[in-house]
Amino acid sequence: MEKPLLSTQNLSLRFGGVLAVNQVTFDVRQGEIFTLIGPNGAGKTTVFNLISRIYSPTAGEIHYLGRTLTDQPPHNIAALGIARTFQNIELFEHASVLHNLLIGGHTHRKSGFWGEVFFTRKTMAAEVEAREKAEKVIDFLQLQHHRDSMVAGLPYGVRKVVELGRALCTEPKLLLLDEPSSGLNVEETDDMAFWIADIKNELGITVLMVEHDMSLVSKVSDRVVAMAQGAVLAIGTPREVQNDPRVIEAYLGSVDDVSSLRRAAS
Amino acid sequence: MRFIFKTDYAQDIRLAKHGGHVFWYGLLVLLLLAAPWLVPEYWLAQLTFILIYGIAGLGLMLLSGFTGQFSIGHAAFLGVGAYTQAVMTNMGLPFPFALALAGLLSAAVGVVVGLPALRVKGIYLGIATIAFGFIVEEGFARWDSVTGGNAGMRVKAPDIFGWSLGSAEEFYLLCLVITVAATLGILNLLRSSTGRAFVAIRDSEISAQSMGIHLARYKTLSFAISAALAGFAGALYAHKLHFISPDQFNILQSIDLLLMVVIGGLGSVHGAFLGAVFLIAMPQLISLTKGYLPDAIGQAPGLQGLVYGLVLIAFVLFEPQGLYGRWLKVRTYLQTFPFYRKGMFKRQKSFQKSDRLR
Repeated sequence: MEKPLLSTQNLSLRFGGVLAVNQVTFDVRQGEIFTLIGPNGAGKTTVFNLISRIYSPTAGEIHYLGRTLTDQPPHNIAALGIARTFQNIELFEHASVLHNLLIGGHTHRKSGFWGEVFFTRKTMAAEVEAREKAEKVIDFLQLQHHRDSMVAGLPYGVRKVVELGRALCTEPKLLLLDEPSSGLNVEETDDMAFWIADIKNELGITVLMVEHDMSLVSKVSDRVVAMAQGAVLAIGTPREVQNDPRVIEAYLGSVDDVSSLRRAAS
Repeated sequence: MRFIFKTDYAQDIRLAKHGGHVFWYGLLVLLLLAAPWLVPEYWLAQLTFILIYGIAGLGLMLLSGFTGQFSIGHAAFLGVGAYTQAVMTNMGLPFPFALALAGLLSAAVGVVVGLPALRVKGIYLGIATIAFGFIVEEGFARWDSVTGGNAGMRVKAPDIFGWSLGSAEEFYLLCLVITVAATLGILNLLRSSTGRAFVAIRDSEISAQSMGIHLARYKTLSFAISAALAGFAGALYAHKLHFISPDQFNILQSIDLLLMVVIGGLGSVHGAFLGAVFLIAMPQLISLTKGYLPDAIGQAPGLQGLVYGLVLIAFVLFEPQGLYGRWLKVRTYLQTFPFYRKGMFKRQKSFQKSDRLR
């Protein structure tokens, strides 16, 4: 079998008395859309924060393209080809959409400090090149209309897309999307599903996402992992995972619980 | 109203976006160049101070307005530059070398002060920089053998390889050249990747980091550049006053500098200079109106402090974007006349940030 793009092994993270992530092991294969689902507080976002090195694991390892990710400082992650979005949108508010996308291209900058101070010909060429790359993303996500708008004044749905665009501007191999559809209306969610599929099919980027909207999950995901209380419950195709009794239990409670409720009500 | 037809990306990157920019900024530079022949000596001196404060403001603007790191001890960098320049010039070093040394030493001190910024944020960084300001001021006062202590020290006129710039006019032009060079350098930096990294750190450190921006490196760099510019300004300040003493670089001076960038408008290069104009013009305006006020108010001590405080409060309440923000509104009003709406610059309510990662 082909080596996985990213794999976590017995990943654990403890905050004081809370075991936020407990012995999580999964592989993300090259070119797939892999989704993390689970009830609130299951530790999905924490897994993301571990991969992007905002937190350091208490135990376990993360391997990415033959490297141990846990040895890398947080600012190196983007250069290795891992980009992410945030659950509560972390854009650069007081900058234009274009500016945000250009910051996404930071790891590919080609100009040095003094070249920038004197704005040499080389810096100009580098700037035009960065702009061309950003424009490709603008075309891909149809953001032309908002190119020069300040992020602070944009509606939520557009910000979500801008954040996706900024992540794409880092030219990632692996894209981490933290709840790409949260706060979006039905139409915007459909657009998001299209883009996520396009990102995989056209750009060939592997996607790891956290998502609650099961229709979106089953539409685009190749494989799904369900988590609850920090631990992995099931891994498999969306259908397999949705029908797994342990997953149903985590979301709805066990059969006993339900029947006890019924008795109490009558 | 002007519509700009964009045909290539370089057009967006260029400093002058259209003919209007070229014309107005060209005119401004021409007027400033001609100033020694146009205005009386007293006003030329005020103009020189505006340029000097403008350079320091530019540095503080880069740090506070663009990188989001507040420094309430910036007068210390001004002082380091001034004393380095004074000592070097009195030792006979030509002006360009002394200036470079003043900038370098200030930058080095800036890196040291920048180190706590990697750990503390916001108001706590402010406190750390205040403390630093006091330490440096005390250092100037105690290091008698070099700085002359509280008695201060005299500074010779700048000397560029035998060409002594003794006159006010020559010195003004020297300041103008340095100001223009510094402004262009900062503008260039701001339109390329380093400047964008600064803005990213200002708006969201966490996502700046996930975009691959090395927070420690860029914060330190911002402190270094900011301190170097303050050092240049300090060097010119020393020459302008011919005499420096530790109390010129106390906390009041730091607050003046911060006041300048806040009133000018955080996050705009124009703001640094508008703030400098305000800072220099305000005492003049106050002393002009003093005569018309009743003695109980006009002759009261601390009138200037009161007015400054009121103006600052008024700006924070009514125009947080500062003088430059006000100018943008006036310009839009004129450009879109008669279609200006009151809500045009109102931002949409920011989305909840309570869950943001810190």
